[in-house]
Amino acid sequence: MKFRTLAWFVGPSVFMMLLFIAFPLASVFLQSFQITQPIVETVEVETCTPGFLGQTCVTETKTTPVLDENGNPTTTTEWVGLLSYARVLQLEQVGAAIASGTWSSILAIDFWKALRFTLTFTLVTLPLVIGLGLAIALAVNNAARSIRGQIIFVSLLPFIITPVIGALSIRWLFYGDGIVTAMLEGMFSTDISVAANGWAIEMLMMFYRVWHVAPFAFVIFYAGLQTVNQDTLESAIIDGASRFERLRFVVVPHLMPLIIFIALIHLMDAYRAFEEVIGFSSQAHRITLQWLTYDLLEPDDAGNRAISRASASAMLTMIGIVILLIPLLRRTWRDHKGSAH
Amino acid sequence: MATPKALQQPASLRLASASFLAFWCLIAAFPIFWIAVMSFKSPVDAFSANPLNVVFGPTTRADGKGLSIIDIVIGLVVLIAAVRLAFTQLPKWVGRLSPPGMAIIGWLVGAAAYAIAFLIVFFGILPVFLGGLNAVTGPLGAPVLGLTTEHYYAVWIENGFWRNFQNSLIVTAGVVTISLTVGTLAGYGLARSGSNLAFWILIIALIFRALPHSVLVAGYLPVFINSAEILRPILGENAPTLYGQPLAVIAVLVAINQPFTIWMLRSFFQNIPNELDEAARVDGCTHFQAFRWVIMPVMWPGVITTGLFSFLLAYNDLLVTSLLLDAQNQTMVPAIAGYFNRETTTTDQVEAVAAAVSITAPLFLLVMIFQRQIVSGLTAGAVKG
Repeated sequence: MKFRTLAWFVGPSVFMMLLFIAFPLASVFLQSFQITQPIVETVEVETCTPGFLGQTCVTETKTTPVLDENGNPTTTTEWVGLLSYARVLQLEQVGAAIASGTWSSILAIDFWKALRFTLTFTLVTLPLVIGLGLAIALAVNNAARSIRGQIIFVSLLPFIITPVIGALSIRWLFYGDGIVTAMLEGMFSTDISVAANGWAIEMLMMFYRVWHVAPFAFVIFYAGLQTVNQDTLESAIIDGASRFERLRFVVVPHLMPLIIFIALIHLMDAYRAFEEVIGFSSQAHRITLQWLTYDLLEPDDAGNRAISRASASAMLTMIGIVILLIPLLRRTWRDHKGSAH
Repeated sequence: MATPKALQQPASLRLASASFLAFWCLIAAFPIFWIAVMSFKSPVDAFSANPLNVVFGPTTRADGKGLSIIDIVIGLVVLIAAVRLAFTQLPKWVGRLSPPGMAIIGWLVGAAAYAIAFLIVFFGILPVFLGGLNAVTGPLGAPVLGLTTEHYYAVWIENGFWRNFQNSLIVTAGVVTISLTVGTLAGYGLARSGSNLAFWILIIALIFRALPHSVLVAGYLPVFINSAEILRPILGENAPTLYGQPLAVIAVLVAINQPFTIWMLRSFFQNIPNELDEAARVDGCTHFQAFRWVIMPVMWPGVITTGLFSFLLAYNDLLVTSLLLDAQNQTMVPAIAGYFNRETTTTDQVEAVAAAVSITAPLFLLVMIFQRQIVSGLTAGAVKG
């Protein structure tokens, strides 16, 4: 295909990606070094109230925004270098915490708290998703052909459901006097309050994520299991391999590319976890990196959005994604080089 | 084909595998099933600590809202008949009535008409008929299962959830149409070109796929809020403020969805043999004509599958829609996030549950109808990965 033809075909798509992905990315990068704020001036205002034997006058200085001819506050944008990053990272407090040996106080800073949780969340759910997905795939492959369709249908539900709704449906089982909590309370005859306990919420959020993603892993592994070489399996049996050894040395190596694929997709998606925080209302206890940016972008009580700090936190989140992706990119590049020769 | 004896599994293994599967199905379906049950009960029952109270709803029944045995039997019969009809007769009607070449539009119209007819029969005619029947049958007509639809009524009619539904419909329809149009062109071009440029476009798309959406939204927000001033020199006085516009959100979601769409469509196009294009080209077609008249007719399964995933992305999105749309134009998912943030009374909470179930119901139908396509889409992405 000639270059011109290719350009006609991919043009619209590339244009949309440039306009709505590459351009915002560049502008976020620039914004993270800038601060836009309204110009304020301090004015002395004398307010007098009528009082006995004369007026009581109070002079106070007020800061008011400078207005332009249309009555809108004028704003100024200045380059501040790494100030926004410093405000997000708060390295001084981190340094002080390390110097004094109080590690836990680092986790009181929003960014480090979010980083700690996001990484734990991603790395703990990863093996669980792969393990559970593989287990379901093996079990379904073992089940009678006639009921497989129904099982796949039920299994797809957690994957297809709107993430916030999925999180909510689990939250309603546990929060307050949800039936599962009530059952646990009955079993151990204690009082459990899930919503007030950070670790309990963290476990629930991980449980939700595994519940949500395992069907995806299952479907892919299940498709992979259909293509396992039966001859290899049979020769393994003749060689006296036990059931577990066959799984370990024949089936799992066959599925390895799929396991890597799922691991990568899961790393990308779990790292940008966001809906869990909304669904479980966990912002008082556990936050994720993407939620941090979201929170900075939301207007605060005075209606201001902390755009520069949000941009800085967004760029920091992105650095993490790039680090996660480097192995994948190197592999794809090698494949491309390999196929070219 | 009988399984060789050496491959037969011991009973204990089969039992363990089956019970594990049953356990997984229970965990997978239970939370969804449970919110569906909760949404039909009065608040006291819905948030009762005793599961039996939630299922049978004694308080709801005491309020005089419930189903009798007759209601349940006849309701189930009508429901099963409706589902059977949808799977056996509906395809025939659609096939007979829709003009040739318009099968997709025929299906959309047919499905919508069927859904409306079902709603009228099930919620309009049936309750009146059963009310009369219950009054004359004595004990069989007495309510045994507490059930009320008042929360759905409150959510959809009183709180104006239909407006959010309408917005969701606009946004998802727009996203699916545009991203498929743009994506099929790009997917075809990339599948048929082995050049380095095509490779780099795909790699960059992969990197874009990994970007957290909040990064992008941080880039849009200042531009969208001030877009009227930025665009004024070009468009004059009519320059729109993009913030809060469903159209702007459609464009954003299409772009975010593009990387995934072109990867998936590319892998579907690669499964179509190259000889097909070559034959068309020998017969004198241009590249575009070959794409339009030879490749597209055999690509429908892939397009439908990709469309499903675009639909899911647009329908399920919370981050972009909640940051870029204002309260008047909100879609369903951010609207429900607002619901449970302001929840104060238990009635509010049950209404939030009812709203959640309302959002889930279309997805449920979707899996039912398109299960095969969803599975093939998931695996197509992985195998070519």
